[in-house]
Amino acid sequence: MSQASDATKGKLKIAIDPVTRIEGHLKAEVLVEGGKVVDAWLSGGMYRGFENILVGRDPRDAAQLTQRLCGVCPTAHSTASCRALDDAFEVKVTTNGRVTRNLIFGANYLQSHILHFYHLAALDFVRGPSKAPFVPRFPHPDLRLDEKTNAAAVDQYVKALEIRRICHEMVAMFGGKMPHISGQVAGGTTEIPTEEKLKEYASRFKVVQKFVSEVYVPTVYLIGSVYKDLFDVGRGYKNCMAYGVFPLDDEESEFLLKSGVYIDGKDEKFDSDLIREYVKYSWFDESCTDLHPSKGKTIPQVHKDGAYSFVKSSRYNKKPVEVGPLARMWVQNPDLSPMGRKQLKELFGIEATKFRDLGDMAFSIMGRHIARAEEAYIVANAIGDIWLKEVKPGEETYVKTNIPVSAEGLGLTEAPRGSLLHYINIKNSVTANYQLMPATLWNTNPRDDMGQRGPVEQALIGCPVPDESNPVNVSRIIRSFDP
Amino acid sequence: MSLTRRDFVKLCTGTVAGFGISQMFNPEIVHALKKFVPNCFWLQGQGCTGCSVSILNSVHPSIAEVLLEAINLDFHPTIMGCEGEQAFSYMFDQAKEQAGKYVLIIEGAVPVAEDGHFCVLGEIEHKDYTMLETTIKMAKDAALVVNVGTCSAYGGIPAAKGNLTESKSVGQVLAENGVKTPVVNIPGCPPHPDWMVGTLVVAINAIEQHGLEKGLAEVVKLLDDEGRPVPFYGKNIHDNCPYLDQFDQDNYADVFTDKSKCRYELGCKGPLSNSDCFKRKWNGGVNWCVENSVCLGCVEPGFPDEMSPFYEPC
Ligand code: SF4
Ligand code: SF4
Repeated sequence: MSQASDATKGKLKIAIDPVTRIEGHLKAEVLVEGGKVVDAWLSGGMYRGFENILVGRDPRDAAQLTQRLCGVCPTAHSTASCRALDDAFEVKVTTNGRVTRNLIFGANYLQSHILHFYHLAALDFVRGPSKAPFVPRFPHPDLRLDEKTNAAAVDQYVKALEIRRICHEMVAMFGGKMPHISGQVAGGTTEIPTEEKLKEYASRFKVVQKFVSEVYVPTVYLIGSVYKDLFDVGRGYKNCMAYGVFPLDDEESEFLLKSGVYIDGKDEKFDSDLIREYVKYSWFDESCTDLHPSKGKTIPQVHKDGAYSFVKSSRYNKKPVEVGPLARMWVQNPDLSPMGRKQLKELFGIEATKFRDLGDMAFSIMGRHIARAEEAYIVANAIGDIWLKEVKPGEETYVKTNIPVSAEGLGLTEAPRGSLLHYINIKNSVTANYQLMPATLWNTNPRDDMGQRGPVEQALIGCPVPDESNPVNVSRIIRSFDP
Repeated sequence: MSLTRRDFVKLCTGTVAGFGISQMFNPEIVHALKKFVPNCFWLQGQGCTGCSVSILNSVHPSIAEVLLEAINLDFHPTIMGCEGEQAFSYMFDQAKEQAGKYVLIIEGAVPVAEDGHFCVLGEIEHKDYTMLETTIKMAKDAALVVNVGTCSAYGGIPAAKGNLTESKSVGQVLAENGVKTPVVNIPGCPPHPDWMVGTLVVAINAIEQHGLEKGLAEVVKLLDDEGRPVPFYGKNIHDNCPYLDQFDQDNYADVFTDKSKCRYELGCKGPLSNSDCFKRKWNGGVNWCVENSVCLGCVEPGFPDEMSPFYEPC
């Protein structure tokens, strides 16, 4: 973190670079006045150029190459890419293929949420061992757990390492290996589940499900009760978007977590035509701005005046929208877990049955962690109650595909961290244009052409920074998004 | 007890017990490591964090044992407690103090176009540090540079055809800048946790036994022409594949879900790939790419360009 006095008196600009315990390279700058953040800028510091690398290749390669965008959620890129390819190749996945895809992706959802809470976010609330990589830390890190609870939380950190590894074993059972699965391709999945492998999957799943419902969910509420003020911090725009994930029928019209948009307090139907990307403040050529992904261009321009990020600004109907577990839970508004309801009553004195009963509390640092935990609970239940029952050992999971000479395909899904779009345009049987819009583009973007801050930038406004040498709440907000 | 090079080679290449996890790291070996605990710094360039996520899957020793007992991981952007300038300058300060003795672990490729500005890692006093500058600075004073993953080892996807960032492998960047620190490559997209942890264990053990310079020389002796430890990468996948009989009889599967025949026609790059996946398997031994689908050749310098199209025969 480095500080510089702003020309304006009484204002202080603080930079956090790198923001750690996230996936990727991110820098945050905030302007603090009177102990509160009054402005914020987020800068993505890396560009690799997958869009350009994909051009001219066999379209099927995209599902493998794009997974390598993110080692935490490769299954999400695999899913979005395969959905785009299925669309372009005009194939319909078999029932067993769809269910097996859900078993693969669902297991990585659990992995990702557990990794995020315990290994990326928890050190914002729990004092780790006094040893590298847990030290050094800010001198006054605002860690409030009593010694006993803290010790239990550290034990959970270690236990969670094992649980997330077991989740990866579940993914690999039908996905081949993790990170980066080989088992999902255009047309379905490559391995028909056998009775034996399903048993192994199920026995691992039991351990994970127990951890999710008996340890992860209650711990999030417990920690939240010690940091109650953080339910007021990190509000943001309160605009939410979700594409829908985990198809429940073969037409892929019903999803476990449905699609929808919530803007300015109103629910709307999601329409992918309304998506645009803007680059006024991003290090890309002006010709890349205000485009739908099907027209998308990715031409970097490192020294562009006024720009401050490699992240493009994605907008829905010109509005900044938050994506991720909070957005999905808000759009879906599911019943809260029994444990969640009980603890809300006991620890917070709140009677709540549905997610939206949390009201504004949901739009906060702690609200996002709760949304993630509640979602893990729902996905775990779906694995046990739906997909493990629906899957048919020995039944085909793959349909042969042909690469068309020319076609377009759109693949929408929800990565654990938020909405994910892949778009492919095929010409002469090779990839002519490929555009990717991961969750990071939705949440962690800079200002758009209209001057609106990105969702995380906006969530930082008002963030309390009582001690400028310890801007802990700034990073807590950023990490609550899993950027 | 301590592990000699011969033991190590034997353990890595010998038969694998149980359901396929290497049994090379028994608790005694972990215990033996407790004496010499090297400082390690982990940089991330143009990568996906997949190598970091993969090393978390280490079984024997567990990642908790590695972190809490085997090494001092002073810098790792994804798991360290600290952040911002404090974290970044801590890395440089510790490196200065440990000059000549620390291990630098690198994940991700190094873009050199635009003076390296396609990848900025952090700032100190308003000065940006690019991956390019940080890699050179940190590698100069390291005892050993360990490239985890195909991106840092050979350039990988960021350096594939069509890239605009002039991304390079760490070895290439260091050579071009006259840095002579020994380099070990642990390729794979991502590498198997055993390959990463195993190599670290061997390096630590060799240094513990023979002192820094001689120990490192022992490690370097284990490397093939591509800088990879032979015990992990010394065998061809195809030559050792359970489907080799089928291949020899020209029995090829033509759909992925047909598990009775060789995967060559589906695009398997096993014949081009050298690593022990066929024996070690992945994620607790539950599966591996060839049994599940096809090998993509992710451990080879030619990945991905020479391996694609992934689903056409090589
Ligand atoms: S081509 Fe692949 S599946 Fe066939 S024998 Fe060789 S490595 Fe095995
Ligand atoms: S089997 Fe091939 S693609 Fe899979 S990890 Fe091994 S070398 Fe990489």
